Amino acid sequence: MSGPTSDVAQSGRLVFRGRGIVPGRAEGEALVSHETISGWGGIDPATGTIIERRHELCGVCFTGKVLVFPGAKGSSGWSGFFQATRLLGTAPLAMVFTHLTTKAALGAIVTRVPTVTDFADDDPVAGIQTGDRVEVDGDTGLVIVHGRLPRA
Amino acid sequence: MVALTDEEKAMRDGRDGDAVAAAMDLLVRYADALGAEHLCETRNVAGTNTQPSPAKTKLFEEGGWSKAFAVISLDCDDDIEVPPMKVPTCQLQHGFGEDARGIMPYSERAIELQADAESFYSSKGVNILATCTPYQVGNLPTYGEHIAWMESSAVVYANSVLGARTNCEGGASTGAASLTGRIPCWGNHLVENRYGTHLIESGVRIDGFQDWGMFGYFVGDVVQEARPVVTGELGQPDLADLKHFGAAAASSGGVEMYHIPGRTPDAPTLEAAFGGAALPEPVRYGAAERRAVYESLNSIGDSEDVDFVLIGCPHATLEQIGRVARALDGRTLSPGSELWVMTPRALRAVADRNGWTATIERAGGRVLTDSCPAMSRVAPAGTEVFATDSAKQAHYLPAILGIEAWFGTTEECVDAAVTGRWRGSLAPAEVVR
Repeated sequence: MSGPTSDVAQSGRLVFRGRGIVPGRAEGEALVSHETISGWGGIDPATGTIIERRHELCGVCFTGKVLVFPGAKGSSGWSGFFQATRLLGTAPLAMVFTHLTTKAALGAIVTRVPTVTDFADDDPVAGIQTGDRVEVDGDTGLVIVHGRLPRA
Repeated sequence: MVALTDEEKAMRDGRDGDAVAAAMDLLVRYADALGAEHLCETRNVAGTNTQPSPAKTKLFEEGGWSKAFAVISLDCDDDIEVPPMKVPTCQLQHGFGEDARGIMPYSERAIELQADAESFYSSKGVNILATCTPYQVGNLPTYGEHIAWMESSAVVYANSVLGARTNCEGGASTGAASLTGRIPCWGNHLVENRYGTHLIESGVRIDGFQDWGMFGYFVGDVVQEARPVVTGELGQPDLADLKHFGAAAASSGGVEMYHIPGRTPDAPTLEAAFGGAALPEPVRYGAAERRAVYESLNSIGDSEDVDFVLIGCPHATLEQIGRVARALDGRTLSPGSELWVMTPRALRAVADRNGWTATIERAGGRVLTDSCPAMSRVAPAGTEVFATDSAKQAHYLPAILGIEAWFGTTEECVDAAVTGRWRGSLAPAEVVR
């Protein structure tokens, strides 16, 4: 696999080129899940946390974060549970996911946060790490990593 | 951009009122997100509106069920009047209803709110089937029919066993489909996306309810969201067997479509299941894999003191209810044990009529409708260890309620309710190759 294609441009930014599916722009701290996420039975909309017992992020809150994950799994209640995070004020700030399904697409729309998917070359789940400062532009389909934590 | 017909443009532009316009707006945003080229017509929607979640209750208190429908089912913040459903629409499983009153720690307020929601949605034309198995009680799609369904176990049954075509839809897409008769023509609606991707070959004989469920749990774990084709020494499955197989595969993985050559309608032959493409290397399911599935489903069990038995996930067939009644006939549940059989209300009426309900109730068990412990997040007060014959319920309920689980045959579960002890064990595999 090649490194992040894209313009590791002059500034040293990483840019992932995808397709915006919910418009708008947001910038914030990334929360990266390497595993797919369940809605029903997987998150608690009241607190905005992942509750699936065997999940790598069990107990972690995604509210106000740029949620970077491979995709949705589990019940058809996925979109309704993420919509409930919006209604209860615990939604993520933006979504970036790689595997497009009906659950994840509808979920992003009803969560009403800038969302980018369908990445041509590089995998943002592998290239972004939790804590990175990330800009998600749902209009242009660009996901830009502005500042990153020092790598271990 | 999705291409709309003149009829769809008229709906989007408000010819049929604000609610229909909002529904079409949501479908266009959804279709564009998926990359769908057009919408398909549907006259069969299975969604979920009536269960009062915390977010829905809040909206109801602000502006009634119209407000809740607009926001949750159409993603629309405007004050709109909800018109009658344009196409036949049914309510899937929801929360517990009045038959739960007084027998479990479930809120009276939730029962009342749901009854009120039922009245509202019934008046808009929604059929309150109140089951995860609409195909058992009045909504049986035909081969090739484009439908818009939620509920992963029903979606995989409709696609695979019935040959209908649906994606795994959600609350907003089914809400919009009910008012427009449209859904994005994408994914499982297109023939080229329905062929098999993986070949799973069983080296042990698959026959009977438990083995079909365990095989499904294995298959889902292997293929995740892909489309398995399963072969081997397979007995003739009945409705309950395939209901269990699909629900299990949609729990350990996200299977929405599978083929059993010679059994399911899109796969008259193995070659047809793969659309004539080269067959992939088979993945083998043998005695060791079967044992591993059994142990995984029983890994949450520790205490052998069972206080709750759950049958009917997905909702039981008449034959499953009869099987429980026969196993319970003349026996009495252990003091402090509960046994619930979940089934659609229409089938409960038949079970009442032919005496199965009476047999189960005489023993101390219950036949309940509308919901299940996982949907309503409730079990009998004080439950610490439960047993079930459903791989799906064994997969989900321990996480949802924080209780231990045992998985076994229907008869082992009934015995556990009668004795209060789990004594299940895996019958030896019949190895055929």
